[in-house]
Amino acid sequence: MTDTTVSTSNLASPVVGSSIGTWVRDTGVANWNRFAAVNDEFMPIHMDDEAGRAAGLPGAIGMGNLVLSYLHGLVRSWTGAQGHVERLSVRFRKPNNKGRITATGTVTAVVASAAITHVEIELHVVDAAGDDIAPGSATVVLYHRAEV
Amino acid sequence: MESVISAEMQASIGRQITRTVSYSVAASDIRRWVIAVYWPEPAPKRYLQPDGAELLAPEDFNPFAWAVAEQWPFAAAAIGLEDPDRTERLLGLDGPGLRFQLHGGLSIDYGSPIAVGDVITSVATLAGYTEREGSLGLMLMTAIDEVWTNQRGEFIKHARLNIIRY
Repeated sequence: MTDTTVSTSNLASPVVGSSIGTWVRDTGVANWNRFAAVNDEFMPIHMDDEAGRAAGLPGAIGMGNLVLSYLHGLVRSWTGAQGHVERLSVRFRKPNNKGRITATGTVTAVVASAAITHVEIELHVVDAAGDDIAPGSATVVLYHRAEV
Repeated sequence: MESVISAEMQASIGRQITRTVSYSVAASDIRRWVIAVYWPEPAPKRYLQPDGAELLAPEDFNPFAWAVAEQWPFAAAAIGLEDPDRTERLLGLDGPGLRFQLHGGLSIDYGSPIAVGDVITSVATLAGYTEREGSLGLMLMTAIDEVWTNQRGEFIKHARLNIIRY
């Protein structure tokens, strides 16, 4: 199952504590092969279970760069064309093993100025075991709509 | 715990590792990137516009995948990304000889977006080494700074990467 649900109802006036939505992927070689093809990231550890086990892991694992892209996708799905990512940071605490991962974001701070609003977002990526494999944060710039 | 950070490695902190120049970014590069990332969901329509429409790459887009127009040092092309000693070999040093490497995370600040036709230059610099004992044994953390600019000299992004080797 995959699903990206976004909460755009609060985009005009973000509220601290509100969710920006979720990004769910059932990850495995189907995702990883497609990403490898565009990022030229054909490393054995991402393609072969034996190579993963030789590295001390349960099997093949997903790319950190793809998890990073998922986090960008989650934030981008929330902002749409009404904003952009100004900063994003993430720590890869646990490999993305095969299976479902769920990325979520929560607004933690809102600073509005005349033309734009800066929004701080706390990010998490939880795997099927319930572990947060990639905690992070983002700063987003939202553009104010012109008064009509 | 015996350190794997040699005196030569320590003395190389601050040195430039690579300078890479992309080919001109094509609309199809951006479309394929977005399709792969969003799969199995459809990519947002704004990335699938017809040729000639304004198309800006998503922030996570990599314009250096597969082939680049210029690369320094020249030897960089022959040292694969899967080589755990790649950083030190590019600096002309002996690496620590650790067997495996993982992406530890990164922090990125973004400037101007990448547009179709842009040529991007990346300069990577060795920022530091730290060590600790972890679940996988001795772990070497290597910090690398990458700064991207476009053909107009505009700031695209600054990424601080953390590579874990063990």
